[in-house]
Amino acid sequence: MNKLTKICAASALVFATSPVLAADVTLTIQNLTQGMYFTPIAAVAHTPDASLFEVGEEASSEIQEMAEGGSLAGLTTIATSIRADVLAEPTAGPLGPTESVSGSFMTADGNTVLSVVAMILPSNDGFIGLDNWTIPTEAGTYTLYLNAYDAGTEANDEIVGGGAPGTPGMPAPPFLTLGTGGSGVTAVSSNTNVHIHPGNIGDDDAVGGTSDVTNSIHRWLNPVAKVTVTVN
Amino acid sequence: MIKRFKLNKMRLALLVGLPVLFSACSDDEVEVIREVEVIVEVEVPAPVPVPVDVSYEVTVTNLTNSQPLSPAAVVLHADGHLFSVGAVPSVELEQMAEGGMNTGLLALGMASASGAGAIGPGGSETISVTIQDVTDAKLSVATMLVNTNDAFSGLDALDLSTFAVGDSWTATVGVYDAGTEVNSEAAGTMPGPADGGEGFNATRTDTGYVAMHPGVVTGDDELTNSVLTVQHKFDNPAVRIMVTRIE
Repeated sequence: MNKLTKICAASALVFATSPVLAADVTLTIQNLTQGMYFTPIAAVAHTPDASLFEVGEEASSEIQEMAEGGSLAGLTTIATSIRADVLAEPTAGPLGPTESVSGSFMTADGNTVLSVVAMILPSNDGFIGLDNWTIPTEAGTYTLYLNAYDAGTEANDEIVGGGAPGTPGMPAPPFLTLGTGGSGVTAVSSNTNVHIHPGNIGDDDAVGGTSDVTNSIHRWLNPVAKVTVTVN
Repeated sequence: MIKRFKLNKMRLALLVGLPVLFSACSDDEVEVIREVEVIVEVEVPAPVPVPVDVSYEVTVTNLTNSQPLSPAAVVLHADGHLFSVGAVPSVELEQMAEGGMNTGLLALGMASASGAGAIGPGGSETISVTIQDVTDAKLSVATMLVNTNDAFSGLDALDLSTFAVGDSWTATVGVYDAGTEVNSEAAGTMPGPADGGEGFNATRTDTGYVAMHPGVVTGDDELTNSVLTVQHKFDNPAVRIMVTRIE
């Protein structure tokens, strides 16, 4: 499995313009938000008939475990089984605000589309998503902006809980500063299919209120991620 | 069309007839100093080339509900960035993003122009900027959403090298946070009409890097002490920018 290596924003530009040996696609993914984190990212080149997720359709259990807890295990197992090219570092740390990660791969014949996913934190089941973007055959540098999606698999209660599929609440890794004692923003997810994330609500009460996220920090407006693809 | 002229170097051979000097020596012989050929290079200036104006019109349109835009800075620069996500903002950017003052940013360019005034919600302004003999400048635009702590919108380093006269380009752009002032939305902290508070303050109280803006929370959405209301909310995109090369 290839690795995505975290780099600083400044060197990302340099890296993206440098040819990399034995690779025809270089990706740089930047977190554009001011206060949100991404779990380790999976970038997958695969055949156009496959799909990691579809807006308007129910999320797979593998997408659910990624979107609710950041796990890439299921997705990478499937990707490998369909002979996709996978660029992921499941044990990497989080990608903090404005940080970038970069990596390269040589896509196999037939793997002509690119998908990218990672959970956004803090959230219940939010994730960044790129769905079946056709990799250009013409060499060049291409820039894409990604929206935040809601997997539709968990109510956005915005209170600290767990990241396992089906466990309510948000995972709370130690690098996040979250509140406690929130009563829960909502108990339902009205759209149970994948959809554009409505955003966090949050509150400014660290020890109560309805939410355990901070309204002036843990919100975002789309786009939330920038993907720079260099086809060599 | 640019014509380049070089100074023509004319090699002039001047035959300088020096006066024949005699010096009387003690033995009365006469020494003659011979004629000397002197080569003098004289630079003859060619006709002075007339600078060719390269002009652009930049139309900035405010797409927000209730966020006036500060006078837009339109800056032509050779390279680099006016701002970029993840980078530490310049003081000039901070002055614009916190206080709507664009003079610092304007001074950074090879050529620049300021909007005449604030651009209200739904309004637009066309700003002309002219540079001489340079067709491959980078164009940046920056303007503050004034009913915020340090939100701004704009365009960073658009490559103009492919623009022929008459070419036009349009984009809608998002809102950035300068990262220099915490988004308290509190009374006295924002220069726009919703508050009438402080603009630029050199003390940095936020993340210290530029990022996409998370949006204003407002008092209507239960940010204690926020003087903003639901009217001041915005989303991406917030501004439309059209660039046309006119000469």
